[in-house]
Amino acid sequence: MMPFRFEWLWSDVLVWLLVAGAVGLALYTRARPHLRAPWSRVARSPSGMAAATVLVPFVLIGLLDSLHYRAALPSSDGKVIYATAVRSALDRVLEPLRATREKTYSAPFATHLYAKETVQLPDGREARIYPRLRHGGAHLADPHAERGRDVALKAFRGLTFALMLWLVVVIGVCAMRARHTAADIESVWRGIWQGRSEVPWRAVFCALGMLFVVIGPVIALAPHYHVLGTDKVGQDVLYQALKSIRTGLVIGMLATLVMLPFALVLGVMAGYFKGWIDDLIQYLYTTLSSIPGVLLIAAAVLMMQVYIENNSELFPSTEIRADVRLLALCVILGVTSWTGLCRLLRGEVLKLREMEYIQAAHAFGVSHWRIMMRHLTPNVMHIVMIALVMDFSGLVLAEAVLSYVGVGVDPSMISFGTMINSARLEMAREPMVWWSLAAAFVFMLTLVLAANLFADAVRDAFDPRLIIAGGRP
Amino acid sequence: MTAYIIRRLIYGVFVLIGVNVLTFALFFFVNSPDDVARAQLGAKRVTPEAVEKWKRERGYHKPLFLNEKSTGIGRVTETVFFDKSVRLFAFQFGASDQGRNIGYDISTRMWPSLAVQVPAFVIGLAVYITFALLMAFFRATYIDFWGVVLCVLMMSISALFYIIGGQFIFGKLWNLVPISGYDSGFDAIKFLALPVLIGIISGIGGNARWYRTIFLEEINKDYVRTARAKGLSEVRVLFRHVLQNAMIPILTGVVVVIPLLFMGALITESFFGIPGLGSYTIDAISQQDFAIVRAMVFLGSVLYIIGLILTDISYTLVDPRVRFS
Repeated sequence: MMPFRFEWLWSDVLVWLLVAGAVGLALYTRARPHLRAPWSRVARSPSGMAAATVLVPFVLIGLLDSLHYRAALPSSDGKVIYATAVRSALDRVLEPLRATREKTYSAPFATHLYAKETVQLPDGREARIYPRLRHGGAHLADPHAERGRDVALKAFRGLTFALMLWLVVVIGVCAMRARHTAADIESVWRGIWQGRSEVPWRAVFCALGMLFVVIGPVIALAPHYHVLGTDKVGQDVLYQALKSIRTGLVIGMLATLVMLPFALVLGVMAGYFKGWIDDLIQYLYTTLSSIPGVLLIAAAVLMMQVYIENNSELFPSTEIRADVRLLALCVILGVTSWTGLCRLLRGEVLKLREMEYIQAAHAFGVSHWRIMMRHLTPNVMHIVMIALVMDFSGLVLAEAVLSYVGVGVDPSMISFGTMINSARLEMAREPMVWWSLAAAFVFMLTLVLAANLFADAVRDAFDPRLIIAGGRP
Repeated sequence: MTAYIIRRLIYGVFVLIGVNVLTFALFFFVNSPDDVARAQLGAKRVTPEAVEKWKRERGYHKPLFLNEKSTGIGRVTETVFFDKSVRLFAFQFGASDQGRNIGYDISTRMWPSLAVQVPAFVIGLAVYITFALLMAFFRATYIDFWGVVLCVLMMSISALFYIIGGQFIFGKLWNLVPISGYDSGFDAIKFLALPVLIGIISGIGGNARWYRTIFLEEINKDYVRTARAKGLSEVRVLFRHVLQNAMIPILTGVVVVIPLLFMGALITESFFGIPGLGSYTIDAISQQDFAIVRAMVFLGSVLYIIGLILTDISYTLVDPRVRFS
């Protein structure tokens, strides 16, 4: 008997296929120096590597949140029944955050609710007071006197632990480099610190240090306090922010994955065949791109909503319905956004097809299909790579706007968009509830900024025009 | 030139037909009018009579493409396709699903949209180009470096946060302007100032960086080196030579969006309560009024195609080398 049963949602399957594909691609690239070269240029970019360091925890959280299961319920007669609620591995890790629901709003590190409530005092009188939280700071006997000290102490403990871990990582990397280059560890350290190492370890260590400084105290404090407060229904905001990461990542990655085959096949075909095929494909993408993006997405999502409402029997649980909606949103975003990349690829292939090696292939009698597959596609892959990483941050931002317009993810799915949407009216409250928005802002900014910086590093490394010109213009 | 424009216009009409067929397929094939009616009236427990009544009130009761019951030209014209799609070409938008006249709504609501969009566009363009020129002038110095860093930081912030933050700081904290609302005539200025300002600020990151790239690409060309070799000052090189030649790539991106200014800004208008076309669209989406969404899709496409043709014309004006055959 298993204590749980894996529940593979559609988006999970695609995410893990994507991971498998990425690993496969990495192994393939590793063995081929000409493919490895641009990546080693990325590895030499300080901002790119620092951004990658920040992205790693986001990706890990996203992957952990893509492992769904249903727990077995305790039963007496030996028959195994699984709970209807679908949870993810991240939920399991964050159980102390997920389960500690309060009644309603509470500020970060608060020990009392944010709103007054009428309660019965022990002597039978009624009074309006701020009641104690059920979980936040519940271990304190006298919160007003002890809280500041307790928070500082716990944060300090977390910080010390994080810094020690950071030192271990730094020394470990230095030792490895030292063994690799047969130098002593001190000179390796000095080289890194003065920025002379080939891979900019200094930037990586700085980024890692900043991450640890933030994460350490939060991990130490999160089981005892609501570090980012709670929202209207009393749910921990930190939990929501962490759950939002997966939604953003899934949209950013799967939408580009949907877009890719359209753009690649049609773009290469249009550029290679020219003539009426080119005209037709150009007509197709002019038509699609002439419809304002948000409206086209809105129209498609509205129609999908009607379909889901009329066929609700196809979606047995809220999680599955939300997941299907998320996937459909990715597909819609992908189908509506392939035109830009398609145009770029068509232009590049138009140039490539006149090159001598293609003419030689023609002379040898190589088939059209094979020329496109073997000779053209590999030579436009740098454009594809750049487009993939550049589009990611835009899609994460688009999700928030679309959710605000009401054509984003399912309202039951936690995402940055739904967080902002439900929190924006709280700004008008008196006193103001600011922590939900602040949390969404900080998490989104970190994710998108890191993605943008990484995308820039990838573009600089892959764009042949910039490399020939000797770096960034 | 005239022949070229006429050819582009004809192509534009074909694109519009494509848009029309595409939206019709999206709105009537993915879900039949019956499905839409049921979803609007509340899913399962709806009587067929109620569905029929809903469809009849909104003109969805006719056959989609071919009316067998009618005679003559009516076989084609008395259909949903003719009523809801073909009529759009004559800008007859018809009635919304709530029964309002869409054409009238558009003609009254485009003015507030323009009042926000045109100043934001004009001032914004000037600000972006100024910033980009400054960064290009100080290229490869710390000013340039931190300028780019600031741009990347600013383009990583969601537009929603610019609006929320702006409303909070200027509206609530400093009490300079009302948070939302609209008024007619010159009283509108105090309502418009903040949306325009935020529209400009939220675009600085992406646009200034993009124009900077264009300027730097131009600066590395041979004619600029020649100009410097002649002894021209850097300022003169930048303004007389680089700026003029960088107009072509800038025009590509800018002229296309001018007609689309009519459509308004979706989230800005809805946040600030400006009764323009953007908030009209948002309301239509949240009320699932498909007739308005269809009309706005068509209008947006028309404006985009006009923008494309204007771009082509503007090329001939700024670049004498461009001749269309």
